[in-house]
Amino acid sequence: MLVYSEKVMQHFMNPHNVGEIPDADGVGEIGNPVCGDMMNIYIKVAKNKKGQKIIKDIKFETLGCVAAIATSSMVTEMAKGKTLDEAMKIKFSDVAKALGSLPPIKVHCADLAVRALQAAIENYQSKI
Amino acid sequence: MRKVYMDHAGAMPLLPEVLEAMLPYLNEIFGNPQSLHSWGDGARDAVEEARERVASLIGGSAEEIIFTASGTEANNLAIKGLARAKAEKGKHIIISAIEHFSVMNSARTLQKEGFEVTYIPVDGFGTVDPDEISRNIRSDTVLVSIMHANGEVGTVEPIAEIAKKFPEGGPVFHTDAVASTGNIPVDVKALGVHALSLAGNQFYGPKGSAALWLKRGVRILPLMDGGIQEGGRRPGTEDVPAIVGLGKAAELAQKDLPSRMQKLTHLRDSLINGVLSQIEHSILTGHPVQRLPHYASFCLKFIEGEAILMLLNSHGIAAASGSACTSRALKASHVLLAMGISHEVAQGSILFSLGLDNSGDDVTYILEKLPQVVDRLRQMSPLYSKFIKAQKG
Repeated sequence: MLVYSEKVMQHFMNPHNVGEIPDADGVGEIGNPVCGDMMNIYIKVAKNKKGQKIIKDIKFETLGCVAAIATSSMVTEMAKGKTLDEAMKIKFSDVAKALGSLPPIKVHCADLAVRALQAAIENYQSKI
Repeated sequence: MRKVYMDHAGAMPLLPEVLEAMLPYLNEIFGNPQSLHSWGDGARDAVEEARERVASLIGGSAEEIIFTASGTEANNLAIKGLARAKAEKGKHIIISAIEHFSVMNSARTLQKEGFEVTYIPVDGFGTVDPDEISRNIRSDTVLVSIMHANGEVGTVEPIAEIAKKFPEGGPVFHTDAVASTGNIPVDVKALGVHALSLAGNQFYGPKGSAALWLKRGVRILPLMDGGIQEGGRRPGTEDVPAIVGLGKAAELAQKDLPSRMQKLTHLRDSLINGVLSQIEHSILTGHPVQRLPHYASFCLKFIEGEAILMLLNSHGIAAASGSACTSRALKASHVLLAMGISHEVAQGSILFSLGLDNSGDDVTYILEKLPQVVDRLRQMSPLYSKFIKAQKG
């Protein structure tokens, strides 16, 4: 079995923001053809006091390994409350770094989580 | 926390009698079996006694046993050594699509040497069709290798039936019996094979103890060049403690096989029935009847194996999985795919391999924890929520 960092295990054992937002403003669905993992990210968008669009609520559903679940949890935690522009700029290396470390063969899981977030934002933008 | 070890396919504990038999050969009886003095005699006698016991377990003769350091080595020696010894006669070999990597990758090496390899498919239970093999035997086929039992799903292959359909003077027939030997009856004459691989660590012997049984008169080329040990077919100073452990494990397996099988089959069936009845959308992988007595293998839909293993581990339970995420290569098990299981379903693969140290309480504990683990992962699975929505219409 792979050795995961304490932070990864925390997010795997107690993932944040799990679930679906039925009336989501944007949905990102990403599948990984390499391993068969799947991630859905749901966002609710609102305006802050400055009138900027922010991610007011975010949830995820993930079919995947420990790393896939932990990176989903971390990316939703990082994106929550951020403006859409800021959220779009989150890189997979930021997620991996926030988790302490990821085994090299699991780095693509963080990439998957970031792409699901971006897909959710793009989905929202395509609708307005 | 309760601890339940159900990954005996991965590693088995040594039986106390095996350890006890080995200890003197790690201590005072340290001689080299090839030496011509009394120190060597003690070691040589032990090696030859072990050879008798291993041969007896599989119904062969002692001089037909070649000790190796692993099942992988026995398979490498068989596939490459047998094919190369017959290369002048032909360069075609046949293996199944669900062989162990040691057979698969040996065949790939032979391919680079100019051999042609035919892969025989399996059905949904992982069973090879004997007719499919006889249909593919050609005049230049020099070797057929079909495993006796699969190490991922436990399906036992119809080896004796396959052997019966071999043409007169046909190719050499090898079977990888690493997963089966010591766990179900294995008799080289009843199976009708020319070569058979076995490994002690699959029946409570030490790791690093294995053998290739090679029928008298069948030619093989060694993988390594060296001295005269094992008749020159596998040179290198004998690993006396490992060989002694293998011999003891073989003796015990032969004596206790019926009671072991009875116990394990009972535990296995209660685990299989429990999982299939308590966990929705779970399927048994492998053959429902022709399967190893200690193998309970499943695919649990909508979730992934590594996550299942980690949550089980947090409850003190050890199991294994053939999911893509658990493999270093990020590839789903070739065995599950060959059985027609989709990549998606193969992701939820889980194998509980039982052992003599397990009890009915262990099965009860798994049946208490596994449904919770599965529920928890399905609650976060996009496939599962999609499925539930579709069901509601």
